[in-house]
Amino acid sequence: MTSFFQTLGMSYEAAWFTATIAGILLIALPLMLAVALIIYAERKLWAAFALRRGPNVVGPFGVLQSFADGLKVFLQETIIPSASNRGLFLIAPIITFTVALMAWAVIPFADGVVLSNINVGLLYILAISSLGVYGVVIAGWASNSKYPFYSAMRAAAQMISYEVSIGFILICIVLWAGTFNVGGIVEGQRGHIFGFINAYAFNPLLFPIAIMFLISSMAETARAPFDLTEAESELVAGYQTEYSSMAFALFWLGEYANVLLMCALNAILFWGGYLPPVDWAPLYAVPGIIWFFVKILLMFFVFAWVKATVPRYRYDQLMRLGWKVFLPISLFWVFLVSGYLMFTGHFA
Amino acid sequence: MIQLVSFYIFASIVIASAAMVIFARNPVHSVLWLIVAFFNAAGLMVLIGAEFIAMLLVIVYVGAVAVLFLFVVMMLDIDFAELRAGFVKNVPLGLLLAVVLAAELVLGIGAYQAGAVTLGTPETGAATVSATVPNIEAIGGLLYSKYVFMFETAGLILLVAMVGAIVLTHRKSHGTRGQSISSQVQRRPEDATRNVNQPVGQGIEL
Repeated sequence: MTSFFQTLGMSYEAAWFTATIAGILLIALPLMLAVALIIYAERKLWAAFALRRGPNVVGPFGVLQSFADGLKVFLQETIIPSASNRGLFLIAPIITFTVALMAWAVIPFADGVVLSNINVGLLYILAISSLGVYGVVIAGWASNSKYPFYSAMRAAAQMISYEVSIGFILICIVLWAGTFNVGGIVEGQRGHIFGFINAYAFNPLLFPIAIMFLISSMAETARAPFDLTEAESELVAGYQTEYSSMAFALFWLGEYANVLLMCALNAILFWGGYLPPVDWAPLYAVPGIIWFFVKILLMFFVFAWVKATVPRYRYDQLMRLGWKVFLPISLFWVFLVSGYLMFTGHFA
Repeated sequence: MIQLVSFYIFASIVIASAAMVIFARNPVHSVLWLIVAFFNAAGLMVLIGAEFIAMLLVIVYVGAVAVLFLFVVMMLDIDFAELRAGFVKNVPLGLLLAVVLAAELVLGIGAYQAGAVTLGTPETGAATVSATVPNIEAIGGLLYSKYVFMFETAGLILLVAMVGAIVLTHRKSHGTRGQSISSQVQRRPEDATRNVNQPVGQGIEL
């Protein structure tokens, strides 16, 4: 895109700057639209699972429901509790929202279509997702209210616990792909199985960690069945209890942008990203971005399916799963994968 | 141009937020300013091309260490009156520390202007890294070849520290009943219930 702006007669620096700003807008604005539609889709899915109709009043089939909700929330009064820490109370939702958008910078949407193609892309995603906890923790503390505070404590412990196993799972993938570059990891999956299936997930050695990554990503985004930070039967609405109007909406948008990011990560790391499922020439006629979106939507369907059907974990069970089950297994898998790669001379 | 602008932005934010760590009244605000400082220091690392170090700084310090800091500080019950009461008592110690630090600063700047120090003789043929290799590979290459023993020793020390921490905090808990997931999963309806065809007019046998 930089070269396109250079042909318009800009200097390299100005062209680069304009291209980057344009790229950010090209990612962030459709993402916001996607979040609105995905909330609608999820409500329809839950309704179908529960034999209900779901939103069906605003617009055809209720498609505009999310926009109506957004408008309603936008017009509400922002209530700031008098005992809260005013500055931090307002910064917290902004942090959650911004962090949820930042990680998209290194996601490749098609071959070479990426805002920032950096060598340490996967580490960048890990770093940014570890920032996500601050929005929740600051919100819980600044509200100066007991339920948000419990929720913040839970969120901090939960996210740190599952980041450990996610880190080990990423190491397995990085070992196999031989690069931290996200695009490089997708390219590493081209013809991975028998020379024609484009996915790490069908590798018997990597399939178990694909499942573990899916579960960990649900825990990392605090989605059901791990949504203990906003368990309504115990904590009212968790860290969002004191929030209203746009601040609340920012939490909501950030949460769903994070869920979409985790779906995209699952698709990229294990299901071949923008590659078609099978390495067969006619399938490449479909643009990579379509394959990528289809995979994200399928992962999102799994997320919604789990949220609609699986009951919530108890907090000690959540911690047990993270530390006593996932951590040892993922650590063992690092040994297993690196041992296998060493034995078969993958690095030679 | 843009590098220069970003350097000044990052550097001034690092310094300002580091000052705010000290000046903030509330310890929670201090920790949050510390996080801002870490984050902008990572930005400076990116500017000098050390992207791997920058990411590690964010993951380790911002993502883990500072979260635990915040965790502890948030749970503190802070009494500001008591904090100010200790001020007079600690002034001499604080002043002493300030003088020592200022002297070190002056010494450091003086030594820097006096010229570079040669610490031993550099080994020949060591640690030459080409600029085209991504620095994550360059660090890996050095860490697992030249400095492999140092690296393993560091790992061993961390392992010992971890075992030590677990031993120190481990307590046998009495009177709690743990959950055995496997026995719960293996439990079948027959283990707990039975079907009986109870004749009318007879009491049930429990």
